[in-house]
Amino acid sequence: MTRRRGAPAELAVNPIACQAHGMCIELLPELITADPWGYPLIAPGPVPAELLPLARRAVGACPTMALLLSSRGPDLVTAPDAG
Amino acid sequence: MGPQALVVNSATPLWYTTRATGLVAMVLLTVSMACGLLSSAGYQRPGLPRFVTVGLHRNSALLAVAFTAAHVITTVTDGFVHIPVQDAFIPFIGSYRPLWLSLGAIASDLMLALAISSLLRSRMSYRAWRALHWTSYACWPVALAHGLGTGTDTDVHWVLALTVACIAVVAALTAWRVSAAWRWRRPPAESQ
Amino acid sequence: MSAADAPPAARLLAPLARPDLAGHLSAYGPPPFGPAGSADHEALIAAVEESGLTGRGGGGFPAGRKMRAVAAAGRRAGPLRSPAGTVLIANGGESEPASAKDALLLSRAPHLVLDGIVLAARAVGATRAYLCVHGDPAPLRAAVTSRERAGLNRVPIQVAAVPAGYVASQETALISFLNGAGAVPSFVPPRPAERGLHRRPTLVLNVETLANIALIARRGPAWFRGVGTAAEPGSVLVTVGGAVAAPGVYEVALGTPIGAVLEQAGGPAEPPQAVLAGGYFGGWLPLPGAGSLPLSARSLRAAGAALGPGVLVVLPAASCPLAETARVASYLAGQSAGQCGPCTQGLPALAQALGQVAFGQPGPEVLRWTRDLLALVRGRGACHLPDGAAGLVASTLQAFAADLRHHAEHGPCGRAARPPVLPLPRPPGSGS
Repeated sequence: MTRRRGAPAELAVNPIACQAHGMCIELLPELITADPWGYPLIAPGPVPAELLPLARRAVGACPTMALLLSSRGPDLVTAPDAG
Repeated sequence: MGPQALVVNSATPLWYTTRATGLVAMVLLTVSMACGLLSSAGYQRPGLPRFVTVGLHRNSALLAVAFTAAHVITTVTDGFVHIPVQDAFIPFIGSYRPLWLSLGAIASDLMLALAISSLLRSRMSYRAWRALHWTSYACWPVALAHGLGTGTDTDVHWVLALTVACIAVVAALTAWRVSAAWRWRRPPAESQ
Repeated sequence: MSAADAPPAARLLAPLARPDLAGHLSAYGPPPFGPAGSADHEALIAAVEESGLTGRGGGGFPAGRKMRAVAAAGRRAGPLRSPAGTVLIANGGESEPASAKDALLLSRAPHLVLDGIVLAARAVGATRAYLCVHGDPAPLRAAVTSRERAGLNRVPIQVAAVPAGYVASQETALISFLNGAGAVPSFVPPRPAERGLHRRPTLVLNVETLANIALIARRGPAWFRGVGTAAEPGSVLVTVGGAVAAPGVYEVALGTPIGAVLEQAGGPAEPPQAVLAGGYFGGWLPLPGAGSLPLSARSLRAAGAALGPGVLVVLPAASCPLAETARVASYLAGQSAGQCGPCTQGLPALAQALGQVAFGQPGPEVLRWTRDLLALVRGRGACHLPDGAAGLVASTLQAFAADLRHHAEHGPCGRAARPPVLPLPRPPGSGS
């Protein structure tokens, strides 16, 4: 969890680590819903301030530590698949 | 069990506390094992979401650590039988019932490792944490064997019944978990 | 030089190109090394930046910027953190079934690629380099050995044979494979430029990109910009396939109209209906309308397709586009690394739905489910396989809306029985 105090935080999921345990969906239904196979669909955009404690709890609850909360936002592959 | 009862027939409050905290730790450890087995199999029911099972697992484990600490402290400070503090953590060096006490030392060492590694989970690789967590399957039976071997109340009926119940719960859930592992590959509710 | 009337830009595939070292040296001269640690390294990075060379493996990322990022990360990582410098990986894996240009380049002008590897490696402080190829690595190993004897390899180059598989030559998959694990993508961050092979900053470049760097080092960025457009300079190797008279790999200037590129390949062999641009992460362009569209990443993206690794496959009017795409979707679903749930579950479901569209009589709920699946898989994997597959299917549904309506009303058209045009690799074990 990389966070700067006061900076907007975004939720992202590491799709390889995620095994669809569903803890995040149970704990943060305001922002995370389940797709037809049980994997999390995260609402885009920063986490509202009042939901941050719940978001941190969801991050801690994930059994495989797949849920991530970071200030920079989801930093997936910057360049498209290259090489 | 006859001969031991002669040796440890002391009525000090510390001794009562040792026995009581040991029993409670056993129950809490069993609850933690049961919840751990359920949650690792992805068990859920409408009234029992997974975060509850996982939360119970973690909290009962931490409470078990606390009660085990109390159990160890009261045992060491009770002067009736001399058990130095290192015997509580290092197996096979003590003189008082070395085998059964060592099992307790091993179990408490494992509990400490499990608790500390889980509290520091974000700082280690997931694979390392998971490998360490597998030792919980050794920790629980070792703790129970310690209780049966050196516990002084195993001749009390309700204590024996409680112990048997704990064993039955964990045995049944372990069997269920092993069979569920083959069936559960996706979350239960919404599979197509 | 205007891109619209440029003749075939023979640069990488010039008649000069020689597969043997002696021929290569007599045609191009030795690679322009400076003394180690000299300002030549910074000069090369600046030259590549100025030339505007972008990655030729499909990503299209500016090569100079990548080199600069890895060089900077290598300086930051410093000697205290780890024993060795940075790493360079030359990607010749070419797992796109419709692409053959990397294989051709490596057989026709391997020493251009190897020059590029050594020059780029030194420029970013790499202390070792890997050349990843699909297929027999022996000829390339022989080429590397002949260079070592001539003292041309300032950096040790190891030729590695990578397994087949659509995602196997993705950047992080190559790194994972070379690290000793499977050739499957890993989660980013950390980016390879920050932490890749053996935890060192890693530069991954396509072999065509590296061959271009070898020529830029000799002839300068202004020469490179001599063909192509101002925004997308240079030449590109294009694999033209499908229903054309002379399928093969052709080198063209960026910005050349697609029709002219197809003419180089002999033109359509039978009346065409569309061309797939960009390979299986690309999209469909109707013919003959798209003939005037310039071959460039920007214009192709704007038209709903892609440049990708330079792939054009012509689909004849006698083929069923829905059936062809359904086969490709099924292939892509089978190529999932199986690591991410939405891809592992969603791509087979998408292939199955598309199969119903192509070979059955799809009702409105099938079409709705297909569109839902497109939204469900996009962006939810660790690599871009689900995005690419979804993009291809979306492009199919849009470009061939008329065929879609026909299938919905009358069931499959007879054209689905035609032999497939879009190439797919033979299954393993059936001889390769």
